[in-house]
Amino acid sequence: MFRILETREMAQGTVFQFLVAAPLIARKTLPGQFVLLRVNETGERMPLTIADRDPAAGTITLIFQVVGKTTALMSTLKAGDCLTDVVGPLGKPTHIERLGTVVCVGGGTGIAVLYPITRAFKESGNHVISILGARSKGLLILEKEMRAVSDELLITTDDGTCGEHGFVTDVLRRLLTDRSDIKLITATGPVLMMKFVSLLAREFGVPSMASLNSIMVDGTGMCGACRVTVGGKTKFACVDGPEFDGAHIDYDELIKRQRAYLNEERVSLDSFTLKAKKGAGHD
Amino acid sequence: MTEQKKKEKIPRQKMPEQDPAVRARNFAEVPCGYTPELAQLEARRCLQCKKPKCRDGCPVEIEIPNFIALIAEGDFAGAARKLKERNSLPAVCGRVCPQEDQCEKLCIVGKKDEPVAIGRLERFAADWERERGKLFIPPKAPPTGKKVAVVGAGPAGLTVAGDLILQGHDVTIFEALHQAGGVLVYGIPEFRLPKKIVQYEIDYLQKLGVDLKLNHVIGKIITADELLQEFDAVFLGLGAGLPQFMNIPGENLCNIYSANEYLTRSNLMKAYLFPEYDTPVARGRQVAVIGAGNVAMDSARTALRLGAEQVRIVYRRSRAEMPARLEEIHHAEEEGLQFHFLTAPIKCIGNEDGWVTGMECIRMELGEPDASGRRRPIPLQGSEFMMACDLLVIAIGAGANPLLANATPGLELNKWGYIVARDENGATSKPAVWAGGDIVTGSATVILAMGAGRKAANAIHRYLTNR
Repeated sequence: MFRILETREMAQGTVFQFLVAAPLIARKTLPGQFVLLRVNETGERMPLTIADRDPAAGTITLIFQVVGKTTALMSTLKAGDCLTDVVGPLGKPTHIERLGTVVCVGGGTGIAVLYPITRAFKESGNHVISILGARSKGLLILEKEMRAVSDELLITTDDGTCGEHGFVTDVLRRLLTDRSDIKLITATGPVLMMKFVSLLAREFGVPSMASLNSIMVDGTGMCGACRVTVGGKTKFACVDGPEFDGAHIDYDELIKRQRAYLNEERVSLDSFTLKAKKGAGHD
Repeated sequence: MTEQKKKEKIPRQKMPEQDPAVRARNFAEVPCGYTPELAQLEARRCLQCKKPKCRDGCPVEIEIPNFIALIAEGDFAGAARKLKERNSLPAVCGRVCPQEDQCEKLCIVGKKDEPVAIGRLERFAADWERERGKLFIPPKAPPTGKKVAVVGAGPAGLTVAGDLILQGHDVTIFEALHQAGGVLVYGIPEFRLPKKIVQYEIDYLQKLGVDLKLNHVIGKIITADELLQEFDAVFLGLGAGLPQFMNIPGENLCNIYSANEYLTRSNLMKAYLFPEYDTPVARGRQVAVIGAGNVAMDSARTALRLGAEQVRIVYRRSRAEMPARLEEIHHAEEEGLQFHFLTAPIKCIGNEDGWVTGMECIRMELGEPDASGRRRPIPLQGSEFMMACDLLVIAIGAGANPLLANATPGLELNKWGYIVARDENGATSKPAVWAGGDIVTGSATVILAMGAGRKAANAIHRYLTNR
């Protein structure tokens, strides 16, 4: 059992941050790695990137957006409650080196994944330019934290309520046009956003990396649920990734595979919502 | 002499089974086990050979005639205890061992008649003990103060843990998944091996004092070298946890699963109980399973139970080369699975949303025997044809999962990534580290992994006591 020490609601109650006691995992976690968790005995195994860790305190920080049954259930948990299983750190850590100027692009909850990566690039002496995107001001997360680990921070919102009105790719295109010293672009967020960031990077001949949030079961390379085509070869996001060379990811296949359980996810969420309503009725 | 001849007249007793038409739609166990009467009748068929051949066929050398004699006498608890002396998982082995290739193959009765049903008797005695809650906890040797880490809670690791804890060593098992049992819980379906039986065996080990740490991926959370700092010896029973794909176009379409994923979803994650359990699994109407081993049979029979209208086994060789146990093939046929021999997919076809709709196949013929001794399948040019399916499960074997090996410098591997055993006990290139089971031999059986575990445990015990 893994105790939740703190919970925090972010982004208008759609995104939550948990501080979880997991001393062994905290000790080993590197930027870019993730955990798989099971909320309870009947739960699914869900991957979540480790947004932060504190080896001294023995804690990891998990950030999730409520999108389905598991995350909806998690959002009802309080400090003191436990997650039944947390396993990690899984996946390959981000390859961090001093390159010069690095652009970190994050969209939505992907910013939680981006944060430890950005910090690591900054700490290893890169000039870090971060671009954060959200649908709206209220949905933007980790702005303060990201500002602290970036040399320049640019924000876009789909509705113009914060930063520039538009998409991260608009800002990225301008940056790529204006400066020729960008050595790497790293992107985390919705698959479509990562796809267009990668396309843009390729257009300007700049290397790019993307951290993929594939569907997983075991997370140790045993099942192949997370397989993704990179450069014409099948890779497992859980052990070969989660980060891959953005220029070579088959995003269209990934988008289709992400939708494989849409119907089941709806059934699961509906039955959970129904039970929650019934439960409320009895009170 | 006359007494013995009379014994042979008793025919091999059949085990009652669920009716095929009924069981093909449920996940309850297929065979129901012997009644005490049937078990005693079957036990009386044993000749009680002075030099029992059957025992030579058992990888863990169970005293087969002795436990059968106890059943014949009606001392079922004694029989279970006798089994436990050599085998820590009798209820499991009685169900999933290929007895026809091991103990029963060498049974003298089997020379003229059908062999004694050793597996069914083993299952009976173990079930009898479990169902009556008459668990016998054998005495443990005094504590040695030595600590052993076992990596992987599958058949090999559980055997090592069970043997070494009785020798007085301190044993900790590290398991990557959230449940112990390895292939017994993620791979073999409920209808062939009820999970409560596996859990009972794990509980037994814990009662003996084995410390079980779940959710520990060794190589990630702790490295093997770190284990060596804390433990006097390490056993690696990692299994063959790397799914093989066919490497043909279209293989990443939705609703194409490795058997590992399909079975893990259904068994470990209990997707057959969705939405009571959260993990989903695709429910195909027209299912094709590629391969013809036990895992393919398990996948196909699972698909049937998940509501498929048609399930096809597609195999590139012929019936004679099928690696599955005869009993499994027999059960699968009874349940209505269709077999397509000498057929291999060459391309998976999908619709524009990315879902599999079928596959292009090619007919094969058998040529000269290959390295495995089986006749090599050769494609017949121009014989391509389409086979429709909305769910495809690839069950063509598993390889070595490189996760731990990649994080363990100095661990010698062979060219396929399996750990090299330097002797018959599973000693590896690293001091104080042994390995056994599928991670050494490649995909094999539960009992062979247990046999390897037994040998490694003996070697580890000698190593720890001689130091």
